Amino acid sequence: MFRSMWCAMAFAVAIFPAFGQDVREELRQLQQRIQQLEKRLQETENVAAQASARPAGENAFNPAVSLILQGTAARSSLDPNTYRITGFAPPTGEIGPARRGFSLGESELVITSNIDPYFRGQLVASLTPEDTVEVEEAFFQTLGLGKGFTIKGGRFLSSIGYQNQIHQHAWDFQDAPLAYKAFLGGRLNDDGVQLRWIAPTDLFLELGTELGRGRTFPGTDPNKNRTGLWTAFAHVGGDVGASTAWRTGLSYVRTSPQDRAVPDMDALGTQSFTGRSNLWIADFILKWAPGGNATVTNFKLQGEYFRRKEAGALSFDALTGDYASKQSAWYLQGVYQFMQQWRVGYRRDQLDHGTVSNGIGLTSADSPLLLTDYNPKRNTLMVDWSPTEFSRLRLQFASDKSRAGMTDNQVLLQYIYSLGAHGAHTF
Amino acid sequence: MRVFLTALLFAICSPALAALNVLACEPEWGALAKEIGGDKVTVYTATTALQDPHRIEARPSLIARARNADLMVCTGAELEIGWVPLLQTQSGNPKIQAGQPGYFEAAGVVALLEKPTRLDRSMGDIHAAGNPHIHLDPGNIARVSAALSERMANLDRADTRYYEDREKSFLQRWSDATARWEKQGAPLKGMPLVVYHKNLTYLINWLGMREVGALEPKPGLPPSTAHLSELLDQLKREPAKAVVRAAYNEPRAAEWLAERAKIPAVMVPFTVGGTDNAKDLFTLYDDTLTRLLAVAK
Repeated sequence: MFRSMWCAMAFAVAIFPAFGQDVREELRQLQQRIQQLEKRLQETENVAAQASARPAGENAFNPAVSLILQGTAARSSLDPNTYRITGFAPPTGEIGPARRGFSLGESELVITSNIDPYFRGQLVASLTPEDTVEVEEAFFQTLGLGKGFTIKGGRFLSSIGYQNQIHQHAWDFQDAPLAYKAFLGGRLNDDGVQLRWIAPTDLFLELGTELGRGRTFPGTDPNKNRTGLWTAFAHVGGDVGASTAWRTGLSYVRTSPQDRAVPDMDALGTQSFTGRSNLWIADFILKWAPGGNATVTNFKLQGEYFRRKEAGALSFDALTGDYASKQSAWYLQGVYQFMQQWRVGYRRDQLDHGTVSNGIGLTSADSPLLLTDYNPKRNTLMVDWSPTEFSRLRLQFASDKSRAGMTDNQVLLQYIYSLGAHGAHTF
Repeated sequence: MRVFLTALLFAICSPALAALNVLACEPEWGALAKEIGGDKVTVYTATTALQDPHRIEARPSLIARARNADLMVCTGAELEIGWVPLLQTQSGNPKIQAGQPGYFEAAGVVALLEKPTRLDRSMGDIHAAGNPHIHLDPGNIARVSAALSERMANLDRADTRYYEDREKSFLQRWSDATARWEKQGAPLKGMPLVVYHKNLTYLINWLGMREVGALEPKPGLPPSTAHLSELLDQLKREPAKAVVRAAYNEPRAAEWLAERAKIPAVMVPFTVGGTDNAKDLFTLYDDTLTRLLAVAK
């Protein structure tokens, strides 16, 4: 088209030579522009040809798939099968230390993809060493709501606290902090919906709430036509210079356990709790790297404080009476990468038995697990080597005083391998 | 209280003042967005020249910036695969999702070098689409600037002319500078170099230099003693002119090898902000050439 225009104008100039120099100059410029445009068109065509060379076919829309392989070799001075946390209502879930000897860990299969312009989906299935399959996460998430809102639905790791939504293979220690074990049975991943909002500020501010069924501890999976779990969380975060990033927050979890059993072999009767459970979590994480370049050295400081109030009724055999507890826990951990591929970490766990009262007049002799006034503690040390971001070997020592009057010394060697798609890890 | 509220209001409203809020993944694209967008854009750059763009985390401040962005300008080709997808899913911002006009990938408009013929992680951290460090070839910058100005004009139709004019003026200055650099860089032709990571491939290709080795045994793996001694033996047989690393690459391995091979170790800014002199795209190339020419003699 440009060419014909140019020809027409040239023709015009030829017919009316009176137009003179100005028009010729303009024509010359026009010709130059056409040449430039043609060159650019050529370039665009080259790129387009290259882009269309990508393979197409039925499998072109396959979701990203990755697989995590894990395993441990462990020894411990006390039997992991009799593990319990003295003074705390025993959670259901995986809370014990690693099995003795060689043991396969959970193999995680992660499948994720955008569904359409509006939704994204993700499945995290865990193949347990006991030959069962557990659905850790299976959720959809909105992409197109706008104004900073996101809705998630299905089964997902709750956004409460800090460590809760980190997948196990990305933890800095092989096992969860005691606070998570005692108050959430390791982690909270209920079936439900989540609404999250990010404020339009340069400072990171996130507010959110979740409604769930109360499928897992501290809930009891009620067979009811209403929500059994409610959470709310707020997080703020930002940078200090180029080197430091931080985030801190406050979360709340409310559940109404019904006949939550207290399996205690040493108790003189069968016990269960019905009532209300309120849990508060304060969390913070700070990451530092020189100039923000974490490749060679970096440091991570992470801590959370849990406070739980439970009130309701405790039944003990045929007796029923009031029950109230106020308990708390905290952990603090630091992980330092002192050279490329190598990290060391230390974690301190402490639980506070607090006050536990019951209207039946039970003593710790009747119900040792629930009523013994004991503050469990644990010290954990680890060193790990990660040849690439897809592989990690870890050596971990722990002195675990979860059981009153006994110290469990644990040593374990762990491997974590990740195959397939390059996953993105949350901060 | 009133002061606090005013400050809060200001904090909430201030990002909306310019026509386009741009979140640039790397400093080179931040600089380019400023060249084209002028005062119609506010640009926030997610990383600095001293950070390895492969290893960035989706930290809270970046999620907050992504929340308000109208346009994200990134390299693509999986360079930011560890963090940009998280910014997209966590920000609650539909504009910057993959496939939307608000998400721009520079690698999509240039021809990538070093496309692997075999994809296997045993070969290290390779990118399926090809080498993503495209910005040290001025031709690529020109191509990206054309596509980016078009994208900006698309998103902010009222200022279409503004972006076009600025792009034209930039391209004029850029092609003049490119001609100058090509003349200046003539002595570099054929110069053999050892690099740290394969992040200078486009520069080497453009100036006709030769890459004879890399300090990383495989892309993404830290230099090992075994690999460095092998490299040293190789340099004794066929010497190189210099060991070149980007500002964000750790200096020790390069210095170790340079000292033993008796050749200079050169640090290049790699991107805007990598050295004090590399203040924008033009001075980035100026400084890079100056540093390379200093060892070419």
